[in-house]
Amino acid sequence: MSSGILKFEIDKCKGCGLCVAACPAKILKIDVKTVNKKDYHPICCTDMGKCIACGSCALMCPDGVISVYKEED
Amino acid sequence: MKTVFEMTPAMREMELHYCPGCTHGIAHRLIMEVLEESGRLGDTIGVSPVGCSIVAHRYMNVDMIEAAHGRAPAVASAIKRVHPGNLVFTYQGDGDLASIGTGEIVHAAHRGEKISTFFINNAIYGMTGGQMAPTTLIGQKATTAQEGRKVEDSGMPLRVAEMLATIDGAVYVERVALNSPSNVRAAKKAIARAFEVQEKGLGFAFVELLSSCPVNWGLPPVKALEWMDEAMIPYYPLKRFKCPEEVK
Amino acid sequence: MTDKMTDKPADKMTDRKLMKGNEAMALAAIRAGCRYYFGYPITPQNEITEYMSRELPKAGGAFIQAESELASINMCYGAAAAGGRVLTSSSSPGVALMQEGLSGLANIQAPMVIINVMRAGPGIGAIQPAQADYFQATRGGGNGDYHIIVYAPESIQEAMDMMGKAYDVADEYRNPVMILADGMLGQMMEPVVVPEARKPIMGDDIAKAKPWALTGHKNKRERNAINSVWLDQYAFEEFSNELWKKYIKAEKELPEYETYNLDDADLVFTAFGTTARIVRESIDQLAKKGIKAGLIRPKTLWPFPYGAFDEIEKHAPNAKLVISAELSRGQLIQDVKLGLLGRLPVALIGRVAGILLTPDEITQEAMALYEKTGKEGK
Repeated sequence: MSSGILKFEIDKCKGCGLCVAACPAKILKIDVKTVNKKDYHPICCTDMGKCIACGSCALMCPDGVISVYKEED
Repeated sequence: MKTVFEMTPAMREMELHYCPGCTHGIAHRLIMEVLEESGRLGDTIGVSPVGCSIVAHRYMNVDMIEAAHGRAPAVASAIKRVHPGNLVFTYQGDGDLASIGTGEIVHAAHRGEKISTFFINNAIYGMTGGQMAPTTLIGQKATTAQEGRKVEDSGMPLRVAEMLATIDGAVYVERVALNSPSNVRAAKKAIARAFEVQEKGLGFAFVELLSSCPVNWGLPPVKALEWMDEAMIPYYPLKRFKCPEEVK
Repeated sequence: MTDKMTDKPADKMTDRKLMKGNEAMALAAIRAGCRYYFGYPITPQNEITEYMSRELPKAGGAFIQAESELASINMCYGAAAAGGRVLTSSSSPGVALMQEGLSGLANIQAPMVIINVMRAGPGIGAIQPAQADYFQATRGGGNGDYHIIVYAPESIQEAMDMMGKAYDVADEYRNPVMILADGMLGQMMEPVVVPEARKPIMGDDIAKAKPWALTGHKNKRERNAINSVWLDQYAFEEFSNELWKKYIKAEKELPEYETYNLDDADLVFTAFGTTARIVRESIDQLAKKGIKAGLIRPKTLWPFPYGAFDEIEKHAPNAKLVISAELSRGQLIQDVKLGLLGRLPVALIGRVAGILLTPDEITQEAMALYEKTGKEGK
């Protein structure tokens, strides 16, 4: 079973939530407990193991926060 | 490990100044991806509008110039005459293209100028703070239509893609939207087609990209994308109005 | 860098023709290496547009009849930024529409030449000649702090010779340059010697000649991003300082004028363009009536040759009066007064509405003004 790996450039995130809505696995959320350098609440991944590396989050991100990789067995 | 998505190097290392959830960031990236993937980044010249994206050249790694409001198609037509082997594109908002610039866009299409225009339609004026655009929907509130756009004062919203599609010189006309992953994928294909039309010297290529403006719509970014689906797309249908055989 | 590939003096008799002013100016532009023209029809300059539509494609260039003057000047903006040698032409009401573009071109430091074949205004006005765009040309007419360099030919030959210089100056200063002609110059015919042809710089040669131009970075250099907006006021101020150095340099190096019959003159005319030729006739008439009159003719209107008026003290110390003769309500006269700084009284002989001054008219009015000055002892 292959797994997706997401890398975030947290300080670029504006907390817009477009990726959260786009994720079919529903594993992204805005982390209201932190703020980044821009004083936004950035995204975080709640369960990387469920990531299917579809890339929808990165497709919808206007700010290039997310890079998506796929581990292969 | 396989790379599924990384930011294209054609987007410069600069943080975008656009509002949270503004789809300019997506549109910019798609254009840059297409140029980089086709190996034409070094031969491309872009023309930016007056509007939020006046500084698009900060982010796009191509030779680029700011045009006066609405004049980008005229500027681009002339650049293409000086450098016919280069790809030349304009990137314009709805104030720029559908209001002050209607003369220039119609005539670039009319002459069949071998340029590609990307029209960011977000149904409002962004940079100047939310005034009504020719594309603002009936009932939609704007700072110059505070009770909502009324047809008796301002007419029905302008459907630019439909209008340009009636002009012979506009050989490729498509409307896409940036409100969902599948629509974004289709938008990228349309952008690629618009450049292919230019590569093949077939005529004027036009892509209208329905986009969001969360701040001036008064909606959070995700709700703004939903509004695009509920209100904009029914009035501005997503459609390939014209496409040359050579590019299908 | 200037394009002086084959810059020989235009006094060879091999290329002598009878030409209409408008066509001659268009030909001179092509000879100077211009290969891009964007314009819109307007009387009395249509022969320029029509000539370019036929000849430019033959010369390997590109012509667009644009949808308006607004589109024309913005096409020039694009072509100039892309490194092309470009021309547009219009007449007064159309030039009014081009002000946005001229301000923009000055701001992005792009070179071009524009010909204004003046007609009477304001508004749609008359189609006959006037000189009432002097303010439009030299005091703006677009927004912000900038200048365009303005040459005012009095003959078709001079217009052709100024064309080559206009392109050199435009490239050197990276600024728009205007040839301010009038409807008479545009429509009349005179024998001319056509300037030698220069090799145009096109295509792949542009990047070397103009490294700042939009040519595509070819992945070999940083992209050229040409902005007109400045979001940082302090950076904009610095930019304006640099821009202003150019204009200060222009004020030192570019002013041109000529004098006629100035020695011991009692009365000094100033005039530009075709009106200067009419004034010369009047000067000859006045001589027969015992009044020594001379002429100072500015050839650049911006930068204006203010220093020319020092010649009066040197050569015509007895002069009592300066008369500005112009086809307007008095526009050149403002710069004349600035040049004189109160040293002599200044009067206007003007005609508007597309009506030309005649030598007889100028002579009669000049005599009346001269007598009046004598009596008032000023």
